[in-house]
Amino acid sequence: MTAALQPGNVAEAHASHAAATPFQASHDEAVMEFVAGLPLAGRHRLAVDDLREGLRLRRLFATLGWLDIKMRYRGSMLGPFWLTLSTAVMVGALGVLYSTLFRMNLHEYLPFLALSLVLWNFLSALVGDSCICFTAAEGMIRSIRMPYFLYAGQVIVRNFLVLAHNVVVIVVVYLIFSIWPGLRAVLAVPALLLWVVDAFAVAILLGTFCARFRDIPPIVGSIMQIAFFVSPIIWKPELIQHHARWLPLNPFFSLLEIVRGPLLGEFPSWEIWAASLFYSALLCGTAWALFVRVRGRLAFWV
Amino acid sequence: MGTIEVEGLAVDFPLYHGNARSLKKTMVAAASGRLGQDSQMRVVVQALRDISFTLKSGDRLGLVGGNGAGKTTLLRALAGIYEPVRGRVRVEGRLNALLDPNLGMNPDLTGRENIMLRGLYSGLSRRRVQRLEEDVEDFANLGEFIDLPVRIYSSGMVVRLGFALATAIRPQILLMDEWFLAGDFVFMQKARARVETMVRGAEILVLSTHQHGTVTDWCTRAFWMDHGRIREDGRPARVLEQYLGHPVEPQAETLLPA
Repeated sequence: MTAALQPGNVAEAHASHAAATPFQASHDEAVMEFVAGLPLAGRHRLAVDDLREGLRLRRLFATLGWLDIKMRYRGSMLGPFWLTLSTAVMVGALGVLYSTLFRMNLHEYLPFLALSLVLWNFLSALVGDSCICFTAAEGMIRSIRMPYFLYAGQVIVRNFLVLAHNVVVIVVVYLIFSIWPGLRAVLAVPALLLWVVDAFAVAILLGTFCARFRDIPPIVGSIMQIAFFVSPIIWKPELIQHHARWLPLNPFFSLLEIVRGPLLGEFPSWEIWAASLFYSALLCGTAWALFVRVRGRLAFWV
Repeated sequence: MGTIEVEGLAVDFPLYHGNARSLKKTMVAAASGRLGQDSQMRVVVQALRDISFTLKSGDRLGLVGGNGAGKTTLLRALAGIYEPVRGRVRVEGRLNALLDPNLGMNPDLTGRENIMLRGLYSGLSRRRVQRLEEDVEDFANLGEFIDLPVRIYSSGMVVRLGFALATAIRPQILLMDEWFLAGDFVFMQKARARVETMVRGAEILVLSTHQHGTVTDWCTRAFWMDHGRIREDGRPARVLEQYLGHPVEPQAETLLPA
């Protein structure tokens, strides 16, 4: 009855067998097949299935992300606009402080600061949330088979919704100083699309790592703190004068600049775009390689 | 046509975290002599070993065995939650796994929002989510509470909502953990009829339970799970007799009178 099969034989048998592996949510003719010791191609196919199913469930992760925000602010008068208000206070306070410290014209500095801070807060919250992407969903992961990209999508929707609320601060600052970035602002759109792709990679990469090694979140937190100070967020890139040409080596700067530049009416140099694409490719490649390798073990780790 | 094929299935739990929960697991595993080491010298708990069986349409399998014998892990492996470390699992047919009584239920959301979420998790269309809502509202009988957060529900209301949600989606293959039969709700005539319909409607049932009467009444086959292996496989009455060490008495108060 317990005829133990050699993993190698099973893998071969599987290779000739083209079975779909839908998730519990699929209600069409469903066949689930799981074989231990799959070759790389088999694992890769399962990872692709996860990605495809995760994206197919976009209505679910959008709802989950939206409910997260709604739940956090249920019963409060301003609701998620508390986020906007706290960002506005921070931008106002830091703006006055640093424009005095750096002896800068508020008219020039405040729009830069508002934009930088809002974008950085998004990046930093996204990275922080990514760390608990899977561990926070432990209950679900252990009771129903769902694509892991679903949980990544939830984190991303939640953070983009917060960003959308904070954009109000930027708009108000721009109105006060009557700034119009011009048509170049359109260039921020492809940059934001790149951000969405990178966000999935970050959520998968950090979510997986942090599920396996519980010491990672504090380390990530420290790195983000350092990155905040060494990247031109509260200080302008011009401030370090001729050293500024080394800035694209900082991945945070490049990725921030492709969105920030156009919105400030600037045209990001090709180096910055090339660097961003390079870092994104590296990030996505690493995340995917890791995901293909450990996807099947994730349920044991959370 | 639903089928379940399992060949040489093994599942190991890696023990990574030094927190209290893992330590407890480690001790339990050590006490039952199931600590081993995998190829990378990590400590693992051998949760399932050499599991092979085939279930076809019409089969009703009951899993019995002590705590930590691997019953829930086997259900999770069949549901595709834990992927095999060795061997193969193949499940054909729409599957519903009732493993967690409050699956995905969020106490801060209203009853209605929880119903909608469950519908989305199950991949239902908008129209079917609406039908699910009507069905659950009708069964759970929450009245105006449906639009209030689940947090403020009485425990009875939470159980009714969870039960209504879990049983609203009728699968071909039904995997059921014992919690499902342990709640107060089974004493309600209405709930009993509902479980009965769902169990009868499923082509394959895999049930993990400590209530032996349920196994003899519902199942056509039983496994005695012990230390992650199938110790005995056969007709429920015979397997239970081996497991308990005495013949099972027909029980008067069972879920589904035969």
